Amino acid sequence: MNPPLIDVRNLNVTYRAGGQATHAVRELSLSVAQGQTLAIVGESGSGKTTLASALFGLLPSNAQVSAGELLIAGQNLTHASERTWRAVRGRTLALVPQDPMVSLNPTQRIGRQVAESLAQAHGRRYPGVHADVLELLAEVGLDSPALRARQYPHELSGGMRQRVLIAIALAGNPRAIVADEPTSALDVTVQRRILDHLEQRVQARGISLVIITHDLGVAADRADRVLVMKAGEAVEYGAPAQVLATPAHPYTRQLLAAAPAFAETAPPPVAPTAAAGSVPLLALDGISKAYRVPAVQGSASHFQALQALSLQAWAGQTLAIVGESGSGKSTALRLALGLEKPDQGRVRFAGQDVTDLSWSQFRPLRERMQLVQQNPFAALDPRFTVFQSVVEPLVSFKRLKGAALAQAAQRLMEQVQLPASYLDRLPRELSGGQRQRVAIARALALQPQLLLLDEPVSALDVSVQGQILALLAQLQAELGLAYVLVSHDLAVVRSLAHQVLVLRQGQVVEYGAAGQVLGQPHSAYTRELLGAIPGQRAAARNGEQLLERPAPMAALRRAQ
Amino acid sequence: MSRYLLGRIGQALLVLWGAYSITYLILYLLPGDPLSIMLSAAGMEIDAMSPADIAKAKAYYGLDRGLLEQYLHLLWGVLHGDLGQSLTLARPVTAVLAERLPTTLALAGSAIVLSLFGGVGLAYVAAYVRWQPLKVALARLPALGFSVPVFWMGLLLIQVFAFTLGWFPATGSDGIESLVLPAVTLAIPSAAVYAQVLQRGFAGVWREPYIVTAFAKGLSRGQVQARHALRNAALPLLTLVGLQVGNTVSGAVLVETIFARNGVGRLVQEAVLRQDIPLVLAVVAVSAAAFVLVNLVVDLLYPVLDPRIAHTAKVP
Repeated sequence: MNPPLIDVRNLNVTYRAGGQATHAVRELSLSVAQGQTLAIVGESGSGKTTLASALFGLLPSNAQVSAGELLIAGQNLTHASERTWRAVRGRTLALVPQDPMVSLNPTQRIGRQVAESLAQAHGRRYPGVHADVLELLAEVGLDSPALRARQYPHELSGGMRQRVLIAIALAGNPRAIVADEPTSALDVTVQRRILDHLEQRVQARGISLVIITHDLGVAADRADRVLVMKAGEAVEYGAPAQVLATPAHPYTRQLLAAAPAFAETAPPPVAPTAAAGSVPLLALDGISKAYRVPAVQGSASHFQALQALSLQAWAGQTLAIVGESGSGKSTALRLALGLEKPDQGRVRFAGQDVTDLSWSQFRPLRERMQLVQQNPFAALDPRFTVFQSVVEPLVSFKRLKGAALAQAAQRLMEQVQLPASYLDRLPRELSGGQRQRVAIARALALQPQLLLLDEPVSALDVSVQGQILALLAQLQAELGLAYVLVSHDLAVVRSLAHQVLVLRQGQVVEYGAAGQVLGQPHSAYTRELLGAIPGQRAAARNGEQLLERPAPMAALRRAQ
Repeated sequence: MSRYLLGRIGQALLVLWGAYSITYLILYLLPGDPLSIMLSAAGMEIDAMSPADIAKAKAYYGLDRGLLEQYLHLLWGVLHGDLGQSLTLARPVTAVLAERLPTTLALAGSAIVLSLFGGVGLAYVAAYVRWQPLKVALARLPALGFSVPVFWMGLLLIQVFAFTLGWFPATGSDGIESLVLPAVTLAIPSAAVYAQVLQRGFAGVWREPYIVTAFAKGLSRGQVQARHALRNAALPLLTLVGLQVGNTVSGAVLVETIFARNGVGRLVQEAVLRQDIPLVLAVVAVSAAAFVLVNLVVDLLYPVLDPRIAHTAKVP
């Protein structure tokens, strides 16, 4: 029998910083045979990206393989020279990196970046480069390859860029591809198409695939073997059916419980029905918004971001707006916040028409509606302590001073379940989930009635997502807040929403109660969105066993 | 694009006009009688003159007219290429400039080229070197470069290369050899700034994910640096080159004095000392024009270097 293509034996990787050694990977063993697919699952900080860097010999200069062996295609590369590594990279092992938006050189044309990879494998200046570039771009499913080859990365969407990166990986005709979170930055339907495509190309060429992901659903759907990592160690290693059905390690069970896709579709607690004659907290009536775009011959000079959108958000309930990038979700939020004025239609807040209010007239209303943004890493001022961030709204509206302010900050920290000692910390000392809790605390400071949640968990790990969603549900129950939740992740929507509105290219596709829209969708588009949630194939395979799993909220409450 | 260009040229003209007008205001409205300043610049004492002579002199310099009228008259002259008469040299300002400008242009031009090559080269090598002691030494060099005063550096170079080694002449403005030392002296501070900024650029770019993509293709370190890192790291440099040109003009004043070169730098120094107002005004106008022109070129180069910058409106 042939030796496995990738063979890692008791690998240890150590980072040295300031005289301290951190073990990022400990005693890790795995093997991938030719044509096999391995999924490595773990949260951020579990060492999976360090493992990927080690597979390419691209560990940062302060990290090193401190013990164990690393064999690729039978060759021991544990202490290989840079020259040996260069022959392996691209030709034996190719990388599909994590974030397509930043993984292509912004100042070079697509064609040149693909050609560079081809030249690396076939030698410089070989005659058929141009034809091969176009063929590769067509192979990864890009329309009009000749045009794409001449474009720059910023002219392509995220999904298209990820396809280009797959083309670059395939260019060297490698024997294995390592995909490091290949789709976590993409829309769910794009995610599925990209993964399907990658799987198909890999099968057609008979090459191995290592998928690194934080999403157990992705792993379960596509892998022959699953490796679960925690704090640098492998806690579970086996066939996906076995790992999912009989997880041996409590951490795997926790991950499974947290993965929204594996959750039983538990409807959120029934919302208090609105009293007769009451008005919705936020109402958009027939909103349309168009943006002017630079005039290009043969294309429209206007981009219709939203068309005839109507929605209502009620106190104590969650309205979810679902759609892919470019569907107009963000524009809807900006209009609700009064940051933009609609071309047509009215915006009402608690029955008051706020469409034509000036900035200063709108300002008092800002105390009653607050925004929680997508990326907690960028939404907090890095030079503000948690205290400064949390009390900033109170200070700018001159609500409180001195001791009362400190008390308010402590009460807010309690609400978002963070220790009061964190008030002195800076954002960089907090994890992603903790930062999002701080951002939520800041939004709650003025005791608003309405929270606008813009993809509140999409930048977070799956298990942390569950915790933040549980917190949001709890706050809503306690404070009777109205939420407008914008998300592309239907699993997130399902766990929080009372009403769901599906947007596509500025048009309302479906609007109704959550159970009805997600349970019996009318439109093909909603069904497509629902079908793209990862983990369903595995769930179908394992059928009943998974249905017996507890809902994430319940599991978390027990875990705490 | 052409609309953008027209707009930018309009802006450039506005900046020029502003620089000229502000200099005029400062020179004419500062305490002190312009007439006595001009007369003493021309070698006469106002106290020794009769009222009739003073009136004549006033009319001669155009000071008998109102402030606005004088200003418009001057501006009208500038628009027709007439920068007036120099008070101390008794010649048309344009003739004086035409004589001195080529020397300074040669000095400033070669200094800009030298500083670019020196600064970019130093940063490039510092980014490539992996041996830590040498890397640190190269990274500290720019700080030394702009902390050493220009006049001291000039004297040092003269001492070493002119007096001790005798390779280049110490002073004068004839031929290429006399250009070397002043150009190097003038280039060092700018080169240091370029090297510092480009080193920062490289440090940032090395952490970008597309660099990992490039390494994963199997490229060597040198290839990654040349093809993927340099252009992205050099983007901030472009803005800086535009701004440094202004410093080169003021640096030329010092350097031309040290090396006794007959250029605009020395001309403006003399003109300021002798309060030769028309000459100062003209030099300010010319250097503002050079500054505006270089920055216009920089702005036009941006989209060439960085395809993400296009001079069109964007959808939010």
